[in-house]
Amino acid sequence: MLAAIGVESSAELFEQIPEPLRLNRPLALPAGMSEAEVYERMAELAARNADCEAQVCFLGAGMYDHYVPAIVDAITQRSEFLTPYTPYQPEISQGGLQAMFEFQTAMSELTGLPVSNAGLYEGPSSVASAAYLAIGATRGRRRLVVSRGVHPHSRETLATYAEGFPAEIAEVGLEGGLTDAAALAEAVDGETAAVFLQSPNFLGAIEDIEALGAAAKERGALLVVAVDPMTLGVLRPPGEQGADIALGEGQPLGNRLDFGGPSFGFFCGSEELIRKMPGRIAGETDDADGRRGFVLALQTREQHIRREKATHNICTAQALNALAATIHLAWLGREGFRELGELLVRRTAYARERLAAVAGVELLHEAPVAREFALRLEAPVDRVLERCAERGIAAGYPLGREYPEHGDGLLVAITERRTRAQIDDLADALGAAVAAERRDFLADSERKAPEGVG
Amino acid sequence: MSLAETPLQRERAQTIFEKSKPGRRAAVLPDAEVPEAPLEELIPAKLLRREPPRLPEVAEPEIVRHYNRLSRRNFDLDSGFYPLGSCTMKHNPRLNERVAALPGHARLHPAQDPKRAQGALELMWLLQESLAEICGLPHVSLQPSAGSHGELAGLLLTRAFHGDRGEARTKVLAPDTSHGTNPASVTMAGYEIVKVATDERGGVEMDDLRAKVDGEVACLMLTNPNTLGLFDENIAEMAALLHGVGGTLYYDGANLNAVMGQSRPGDMGFDIVHVNLHKSFSQPHGGGGPGAGPIAVSERIEPYLPRPQVVRRESGNGSGPRYDLDHERPKSIGRLRGFQGNFGVFVRSYAYILSLGADGLAEASETAVLNANYLKARLAEGRAGRYLPVAFDRHCMHEFVLSGKPMKKELGLATLDLAKRLLDFGFHPPTVYFPLLVDEALMIEPTETEARESLDAFAGAIEEILAEAEEDPRKAKQAPYTTPVRRLDEVKATRRPVVRQPLG
Repeated sequence: MLAAIGVESSAELFEQIPEPLRLNRPLALPAGMSEAEVYERMAELAARNADCEAQVCFLGAGMYDHYVPAIVDAITQRSEFLTPYTPYQPEISQGGLQAMFEFQTAMSELTGLPVSNAGLYEGPSSVASAAYLAIGATRGRRRLVVSRGVHPHSRETLATYAEGFPAEIAEVGLEGGLTDAAALAEAVDGETAAVFLQSPNFLGAIEDIEALGAAAKERGALLVVAVDPMTLGVLRPPGEQGADIALGEGQPLGNRLDFGGPSFGFFCGSEELIRKMPGRIAGETDDADGRRGFVLALQTREQHIRREKATHNICTAQALNALAATIHLAWLGREGFRELGELLVRRTAYARERLAAVAGVELLHEAPVAREFALRLEAPVDRVLERCAERGIAAGYPLGREYPEHGDGLLVAITERRTRAQIDDLADALGAAVAAERRDFLADSERKAPEGVG
Repeated sequence: MSLAETPLQRERAQTIFEKSKPGRRAAVLPDAEVPEAPLEELIPAKLLRREPPRLPEVAEPEIVRHYNRLSRRNFDLDSGFYPLGSCTMKHNPRLNERVAALPGHARLHPAQDPKRAQGALELMWLLQESLAEICGLPHVSLQPSAGSHGELAGLLLTRAFHGDRGEARTKVLAPDTSHGTNPASVTMAGYEIVKVATDERGGVEMDDLRAKVDGEVACLMLTNPNTLGLFDENIAEMAALLHGVGGTLYYDGANLNAVMGQSRPGDMGFDIVHVNLHKSFSQPHGGGGPGAGPIAVSERIEPYLPRPQVVRRESGNGSGPRYDLDHERPKSIGRLRGFQGNFGVFVRSYAYILSLGADGLAEASETAVLNANYLKARLAEGRAGRYLPVAFDRHCMHEFVLSGKPMKKELGLATLDLAKRLLDFGFHPPTVYFPLLVDEALMIEPTETEARESLDAFAGAIEEILAEAEEDPRKAKQAPYTTPVRRLDEVKATRRPVVRQPLG
């Protein structure tokens, strides 16, 4: 090969790099390892994580421990789906393109909006992407009104992106777990590009999107609604409630937890927004002999054609993650998807009632919920969580960091994997932990009392 | 011109929705185990859905068969040579899939208390350290989800860096050969893109750069080697120019596969680098994602890195280090996404780094460069040399660009026709019509995981197609013939978009 190139050694090929810029030493990394050794090392790291097989997991906050059917793994691990690149050559990418088309159909059905893209990175960055679209679609309005019920990660991501767009953000608070309707109406003005809601919101409460969205409609702002796709078998779809854009974190559909990714974001919109959408979109067409086929449609929106005038800089469609979702949805099917939604609602109702009956535990809000709810604990949340963890239960997500006003708040999520017996165990563990913490607290204050009096 | 239909062509595309029959299903769900109250008692009726979404009703065997059929309508890296320039289609080791699927990784909740996710955080920390060493920059954030996300992060970091110094800069420079994501990211980050010309050797035109560098310039975005596959030897001077006016230098890491263990972006003077874990570090491309685009940065950019950041804290009591997520970063640009990043990709990439080690990574780049130069030499022979001259005739790095201009002029064959005819020969075509400054461009990146035989076979196919075109160019102009579908009407798909299955 060297002779064909006309060099003595491959080192000669690197002479185009100026000498001072060559590394000329080995990287300070360990030497390579055999496959067996790498497996052992990785297994050792994995063993130091309390995963959902080691602990009973009531954590949610946007990602959920659903059962992913075996066929999802079997199909997504096929080389033909796992190893190709983006389908730039449609004649040899019909499988991937058709899968995208099916995904778009499924997400359009779920959200009740006619157009879906083929997927974005994940949930929170999809929210930021909707803001970018809204600024363009409203001809340069640069105010974004966001409910405090929108996932804190989404609000933080939006704030990060908004430094660049640029845009200003107005946050609207919650009342009784739900977006404060009067405050929202007041916050939306003629400069508002979009209003951002989430349902169920971060505290688990189901928002009345139609009622809240009226403020956006009146002022000509886009209504952007983040949704948990797993609830859309039972909850009214955003498209029926006036949403211009419905989006969200796709992980609950067919994707494993993976400590937070990769998953995918979905992004659906009204017909008028199709040429402003971010990301890939598969479309149907014909081949030279009249056969049905699929291609990447509307590519003139995209960065590789449009460059600085593109609707977004994104290249990925998280295609494999979106395929996993499509297979999961086909496996559940029309009836199964509805049944699963009902199962979540009923088990959640049971868990909510059961936990709220525990001494020292009460509901943080009483708004209707679907699959997640917020509690208030009469003991330090971190200590209670630690006690539950010692009993093998991840009891929930502490709200304090992101909602300082709910420093005593705990968010509990239910999936079809959380059995009634596990919910009962959680009630016992929470009750015991809260009681123990209160006992310690009382003992502590008694010990300290003489000092205080003295 | 048409041949007899192949079996795959006879199979008319039918979506899973069209295969739906009322009452069929696959899933069996657990019992509710709790009181089956009517939903209206739990949730107000106006918030409930009236009709379930029209998802397909199919049994499991049909689902499996359907997606297996679809899979046969894809070409993939495991089926054959995939020299798609700029995409680094290297082999995806299956070990990485196995370790990513371990429950300790795959079923770990992202909100797990860091105390109980020490293995995951240590893995992330180790990956950060490894990428820092490979890039020659001290600090790494794993958060960006893809290269384009890393670019946006880098520009927002630049904005924060200048903002902290009371400066508001407006322009970002990038060569006319840059990836499309560069200018798109620049606009999203609120800057104006200014293009820099390319000189006759394929590098940045230094006079043009000097003329455009001023106090308004926030950043210069570059790939090095660039998209022509050439190392820009003026990089040190460019860095000095940019730093002289207080700007930053951003490295688009799409081409890092050429220089691992050979040369480091940090040593070239770059302040911010993104790394495509799905290119150089073997995460499978998945038909268009997932990937990940961690960024490595210099000391002066570090305060602005996204939060949370994985940190290692020495315990001090002899019990060994603890790993944590640091949210307290007052100057941080903030979050770019949910949770901590594409951890599943980190697992695969770290397993890849462990497998290859220091020498293996350097050897991977060396072989990638050797393979590219060998294929370039093979394609300089015979008809390819005549009809498809290399755009810049010097040693290349991991990829090179040919021009189909003479082929078009003499044979009437466009680069697109050659690409489509390659499909009939069982090859994925190179990247075509990019970079934009080369007429009828073909951008070829063989990667290090191809044997000499596949490079020779590819060169042979090109020769055969050109010989065939000398006889009868119509054959290639109507290609492909053997693929599941033939050339598709892309104009129709855009003019009257049908983007979902209509359901009755």
